Amino acid sequence: MSVKIVLPTALARHTDGKKSFDSEAADLPGLLAEFDLKFPALAQNVKDEHGKLRRFINVYVNDEDIRFLGGDAHQFADGDEVMLIPSIAGGSGSAI
Amino acid sequence: MVSSCTAQGTKYELRCNECGKSYGNQPLSGCPDCLAPLELHFDLDSVRGRFTRESVAAGPASIWRYRELLPVPEGFQPDLPVGFTPLLRANALGRRIGADNLYIKNDAVCFPTLSFKDRVVAVALANAQAFGFTTVGCSSTGNLANSVAAQAARLGLKACILVPSDLEPAKILNTLVYGARLVRIDGNYDHVNRLCTLIADEYRWGLVNVNLRPYYAEGSKTVGYEIAEQLGWRLPDNVVVPMAGGSLIRKIKKAFAELIALGLVADKPVRFFGAQATGCSPISHSVKNGWDHIEPQRPNTIARSLAIGNPADGPAASKMIRATGGWAEDVSDVEIVSGIQELAETEGIFTETAGGVTTAVAARLYAHGKISRDETTVLCITGNGLKTTDALEGRYPAERAVKPRLTEFDAYIREVDPSLVPSLEPALAPELVSAD
Repeated sequence: MSVKIVLPTALARHTDGKKSFDSEAADLPGLLAEFDLKFPALAQNVKDEHGKLRRFINVYVNDEDIRFLGGDAHQFADGDEVMLIPSIAGGSGSAI
Repeated sequence: MVSSCTAQGTKYELRCNECGKSYGNQPLSGCPDCLAPLELHFDLDSVRGRFTRESVAAGPASIWRYRELLPVPEGFQPDLPVGFTPLLRANALGRRIGADNLYIKNDAVCFPTLSFKDRVVAVALANAQAFGFTTVGCSSTGNLANSVAAQAARLGLKACILVPSDLEPAKILNTLVYGARLVRIDGNYDHVNRLCTLIADEYRWGLVNVNLRPYYAEGSKTVGYEIAEQLGWRLPDNVVVPMAGGSLIRKIKKAFAELIALGLVADKPVRFFGAQATGCSPISHSVKNGWDHIEPQRPNTIARSLAIGNPADGPAASKMIRATGGWAEDVSDVEIVSGIQELAETEGIFTETAGGVTTAVAARLYAHGKISRDETTVLCITGNGLKTTDALEGRYPAERAVKPRLTEFDAYIREVDPSLVPSLEPALAPELVSAD
């Protein structure tokens, strides 16, 4: 099983600029554990001191907010697109 | 990065509310490190002594009379007379809902597009120009779309505006007429907003409520400055504010705090009350449950201008409301329509659905004893009823036409409303007054 992870520019600086990559994670906690291994800087950026996803990040599975789907308990399906977006996003931080 | 950070000598910069890092001045709304919202922080000492009651009184009758406390670039020349809307004593509405000291802040007549969004857009577009954007835009539930389209036209900027596909026809028309590109998105506001955050990453556009959001949000403070000034430089006991994203209510609080810090008003506790539609009430729900977070909702209400199920400033607004000793309430669509009618019938103000929410919530707050009848309370009416006439569809069916004859008219009036028929007593002859 494979899901496609999509990140905004603000987070892609922790993944060598990659805004999209495949993951074998079965659920959100599994995805965060995968970040620990593959992208420790990203894991540090998106997780709070308790190891949970920061409250300023929203997660969407195929355009639906994961909180409407059961949150951490929601099981990803093969081919899902999982998008992480800061709740107040916008702007790359680069000069205009 | 634009490093200069002065407005007429006022120092301000972007700062993260969570980790405290500063980011100067640039089109950026979230902290790259901890992803929390960025907010503009002003060095109030830089305006102390310059921003006074007298300096404000000498300014124009618009939001620009408070420009020292707004994030506008050095040399910015205000163009439009936005804001400085009436603060009206609302005695008739007060009698209806049991309030002796009630005021309406009437942004239904804000210039140029009849909603409080004109304030935030004016400040955002001043910065869009300074940052070098030639195309601006927004995600909108309607009022913001109208305002960005109108003010962009005036400033010669291109505008691309994204709205939910089910938006009221009047709000779509009131955007297109200014020549803006309007894109209807097959989804609700939260879908539109999410798309805009992705667009902000890829396009060099100034999206007023996305990458320009910290600047845009400061424009809301002018509602608070005006309330204080129009009350004779004093603060009310309570304000009742409609909540969509949760930004306005927080910025009114910030405005009051700045005026206190600068000595323009005496310090006093002000309670903040938030108003939502039950069909989209994540912040009200959070306040009632005592949460520091919000649980997103799928909006289902006629108050489309408040239909944000995942409000960006929701958690902060919830926390702030409770900290002031205030409360939040939500009302049904039926109550919203009644609120629109009540405000129109008592005060002659035709507001949109959001104003119906505010009026109906205020009535409930008085009825439940959350607000005492003698306290000075200001209701923030943020938009105009001409934009949401569909909410009243079927309420006023057309009566039959009457022939242009007095007998026909007289019979008709006696039938439909005898209270309008003059009494049979002869009219008093006008008293003759001697000319000496």
